[in-house]
Amino acid sequence: MARRENPEINAGSMADIAFLLLIFFLVTTTMNVDSGVSKKLAEKPPIDYVPPIVKEKNIFEVNLNFRNELQVEGERMEIKDLKDAAKAFIDNGGGVGKVEEGVASGPCNYCKGERLDSSSDHPNKAIISVLSDRGTEYGVYLKVQNELLRAYTELRNRLSKERYGITYTELEEAYKENRDDEGLKARVEAIKKAYPQIISDAEPTSAN
Amino acid sequence: MSKFRKKKKGMPAVNTASLPDIVFMLLFFFMVTTTMRETELQIENPRLPTATEVKKLEHKSLVSTIYVGKAVDPKFGTGFNRIQLNDKISTSEEVPAFIINARSKVSEAEVPFMTTSIKADKESNVGIITDIRLKLRDVNALKISYSASKGE
Repeated sequence: MARRENPEINAGSMADIAFLLLIFFLVTTTMNVDSGVSKKLAEKPPIDYVPPIVKEKNIFEVNLNFRNELQVEGERMEIKDLKDAAKAFIDNGGGVGKVEEGVASGPCNYCKGERLDSSSDHPNKAIISVLSDRGTEYGVYLKVQNELLRAYTELRNRLSKERYGITYTELEEAYKENRDDEGLKARVEAIKKAYPQIISDAEPTSAN
Repeated sequence: MSKFRKKKKGMPAVNTASLPDIVFMLLFFFMVTTTMRETELQIENPRLPTATEVKKLEHKSLVSTIYVGKAVDPKFGTGFNRIQLNDKISTSEEVPAFIINARSKVSEAEVPFMTTSIKADKESNVGIITDIRLKLRDVNALKISYSASKGE
């Protein structure tokens, strides 16, 4: 007796193909991870707030005008030179640090700057003030912020390398993976405290 | 010899056993891709500036995004200073309400960890960013991230 059924197409591998495609799409679709330059804003000051008097030499003035031109401490500068200028300012260490909780931090013993009288006293006193115009391009503004952050990162990396043998970036990575490690935490805090990021954004001017 | 006289009758039916697989695959694919952006962009995709000191934003549920750039709809003008909150073009005046609304969606303990990500176009102006920043400060949303892509 002849068999009536037709031979079936083998479909056993169809599921494999489907999964292969699925995995391919899963891998290739880039979930756009949001990354950016993070910043912490200062709290809103109370109405009767009197700003503390800061010595002129402890302020690093960065101005950006509406033509996207950069002026640092009264002189024009290219963005590529900003990082080194900021590093020289922060790392100057010309005087003694501020008194925190009754403990004077004394002169900066890890600074490698020129210790000029005309520049900052101590990294924890050094304030970078960025004044931009309302018409400044955001891209340029962020570039300036980035250069300033880079200056801090390089100084922190240098100090961390000296003290612990690894850069600050690596130290932070290690801490992120192991949040319970008190030793790592203390190290991260110590570096952060040695070179605190003090970048203030002044109220922008308006050219038009 | 009837053994060799097989007669083919009609077309063989296409096997549909793998159809569920294909359907599931598509389903997964769309599930994955549609969660990427909850809001539709009303402004042209901002050309993010580049920076080297970028940090990845963790905890997506704690991030609220403000877009700044050029509106797609020409009735909002051609400047690069339009703000998009949720899925409509707004002004900086509406930023506090937007933040408070975002806060109501997370538990109170997590509020201090909330971050505002500002996705602004390279050609936007600092003025509009400052306006946003002042409004954020008013509602004590102090952690912000200027969205940028990594690179020189």
